[in-house]
Amino acid sequence: MTVQQRIRAFILENFYVSDPAELADDALLVTSGLVDSTGVLEIIAFVEEEFGIRVRDDETTPDNLESIERIASFVARKRQANGPTSFTSGDVSAA
Amino acid sequence: MCGIAGFVALREGLPPQSLDELTAMVSALRHRGPDEFGLYRDAHAGLGHARLSVIDLLTGQQPLCNEDGSLWVTFNGEIFNYVELRAELEALGHRFRTRSDTEVIVHAYESWAEQAFERFNGQFAIALWDSAEETLILARDRLGVRPLYLCEHGGRLWFASEVKAIFAGAPALTRAFDPVGLAETFTFWTVVPPQSVFQGVTELEPGHVRRISRRGTVDRAFWTPRYAEGAAPASSPGEAAERVRAALEDAVRLRMLRADVPVGSYLSGGLDSSLVAALGRRVSGGRFCTFSVRFEDLEFDETPYQRAVAERLESEHHELVVSREDIRAAFPAVVAHAERPLLRTGPAPLFLLSRQVREAGIKVVLTGEGADEMFAGYDLFREGKIRRFWGRQPESALRPRLLERLYPYLVRSPVSQRTLAREFFGRGRAQWDTPGFAHQPRWQSAAALQRLFSAELRDRLRRVDVVERLLASVPAEFPGWSSLAQDQYLEARTLLSGYLLSSQGDRMLMAHSIEGRFPFLDAHVVELANGLPDAFKLRGLDEKHVLKRVARGLVPDGVVERSKQPYRAPDAQAFVGPGAPGWIEDLTSERAVGDAGVFDRGAVARLWRKCQASAAGGQLSNFDNMALVGVLSTALLHEQLIRQVPSRAPGVEFRTFVDRLSGACGRPGSGIAAGV
Repeated sequence: MTVQQRIRAFILENFYVSDPAELADDALLVTSGLVDSTGVLEIIAFVEEEFGIRVRDDETTPDNLESIERIASFVARKRQANGPTSFTSGDVSAA
Repeated sequence: MCGIAGFVALREGLPPQSLDELTAMVSALRHRGPDEFGLYRDAHAGLGHARLSVIDLLTGQQPLCNEDGSLWVTFNGEIFNYVELRAELEALGHRFRTRSDTEVIVHAYESWAEQAFERFNGQFAIALWDSAEETLILARDRLGVRPLYLCEHGGRLWFASEVKAIFAGAPALTRAFDPVGLAETFTFWTVVPPQSVFQGVTELEPGHVRRISRRGTVDRAFWTPRYAEGAAPASSPGEAAERVRAALEDAVRLRMLRADVPVGSYLSGGLDSSLVAALGRRVSGGRFCTFSVRFEDLEFDETPYQRAVAERLESEHHELVVSREDIRAAFPAVVAHAERPLLRTGPAPLFLLSRQVREAGIKVVLTGEGADEMFAGYDLFREGKIRRFWGRQPESALRPRLLERLYPYLVRSPVSQRTLAREFFGRGRAQWDTPGFAHQPRWQSAAALQRLFSAELRDRLRRVDVVERLLASVPAEFPGWSSLAQDQYLEARTLLSGYLLSSQGDRMLMAHSIEGRFPFLDAHVVELANGLPDAFKLRGLDEKHVLKRVARGLVPDGVVERSKQPYRAPDAQAFVGPGAPGWIEDLTSERAVGDAGVFDRGAVARLWRKCQASAAGGQLSNFDNMALVGVLSTALLHEQLIRQVPSRAPGVEFRTFVDRLSGACGRPGSGIAAGV
């Protein structure tokens, strides 16, 4: 699974989405009411654990976290910034 | 306090309705009034009554009639000013046979017609049958303390204190959820009358009177709240506190003394119930019982405050310790009594507490309910004030920091959480001037639960906007009220009436035949509170400012000064983990979820997995808690009120029995069903 798919799977499961087809990867998660402020913290905890990154306070912004796509590209940027790690190129989806 | 039921023909030529239906309805309400039962029937209408004897124990039976037997009443509740009204009515020439407040209703209606209801200071659901005019009059108290449900079926209008009595009386009626009622519940935490959660069933709106005859139906409000206009304050906060104190003392005195049984008090440990108990204590001469819920989970517990008040009042204090297992075990019965989906387990401890009251031999309790709505106690009002202030200068970085005054944990939180909180509270702040602005965050959070709804239900709701419906149904004066008054009105109309007074109030009390009395909802207290300037209620960010002044010296300082703790009970934690009974798994199973048709099976399965995983130590959010309690309560409601055919319990024995069709008539003292 790509990073984006893993994030998507987590969000569908954790926020018990009834119809996955209704959740587009560019849908705004907080604005649409799917994710509340506690939910954003759950997402942060997930990406930190799943992808071995640390999310700084000043990175907790809608630009980084408001949609599945944005989270995926944020994770990709973080992992690149962390220097060469073990992930394969197929792991990072185009965002 | 009691249960009422009945029917009236809406068209000519219907065959007489058999007595079995009325008997089944009254039997279904036995828990509301276990002391005595009564019925009246003629060719067009029937009235039933289950009585909890509180006033005029010997001769207060119902249904009861006027001097010539043309006007009959069945009534649930209390008219606290009945002594004063009776004197007025006697001066007008009416003759009384009993000492009851019920008899005041028939004579008041004879003299003043529908204007009678606005003279009643009380909590009531009333059905009056004018047999000469062949007209049924239904009325309900100003804020909806007492319930009254309606349903048209088979050419008749059926009415009852609880929906289960209508279902018992009309078993052929289709029992199903109403999509709009569900959408309202999963937005406001309650339906908003006249809407109910059951298809075809409506609720008489609080403060309304309805006149039903074969010529048609007329429904109108006999009362709407009046809030202070923007004029300069007529007095100082100190003077206002004196007036509020006097009005509250009167309200408590009426509620303590207008009863022929002892009256006790609930005591949560907060300001409102402590104040009510303190005033009640001063009226009561001898034994005065107070009742408190304690929690095994310390997070929810308020024991030290409760004990401090009880010691100060020297009351006979009763404590009930509630565990997660207690909540879980009581929950099916709680839902059956509440008759609506719940998003919190808060009603469950109060269901258990009323049982303890009953066991202590007390039938009537005072509670502090209504103070937060009338005197502006909720965080929501303070939050609304800050968000509006911010919205007027939406780019301000300083204004949102006021939120930290409201939610001190934000100061200690990481910046990320503060950023998120700002995002949450700031959403839509440009619309700070629109009605419902203060409530939008709460309503939107709850409405997000609708993503659990099945595709079919979501499809049926696609063009329904319940917030728009609510805001379109406010009184004509609403736009002229201050923002705080608008917020207070919406709060009273939704959460107070539908949840606190119903699911957490009447239903949990009456489950064990206990009558609640609410001094803060006294007609004079409400008028006075609504007439106060905003700044006397919410002074800066000091909530219930005037009420705190009243309470000083009457309750321990620690209780006046403590920060407000919302009443909460363990929610999802009560249903997961070892020892959880099988019914929970059954109700979240694919079959049960599919049968009820409300929720999506996959979504419920994912929710249930998440909740079970939390039992191993994970955290559940507020949203997860509401979701699980909402799913379980909806499933329990479906199982108990929709799927199961209403049982016809063994009939009750009628002490009052007036059947004009058979000519049978039994009155108290004369035995039952003696031919007349």
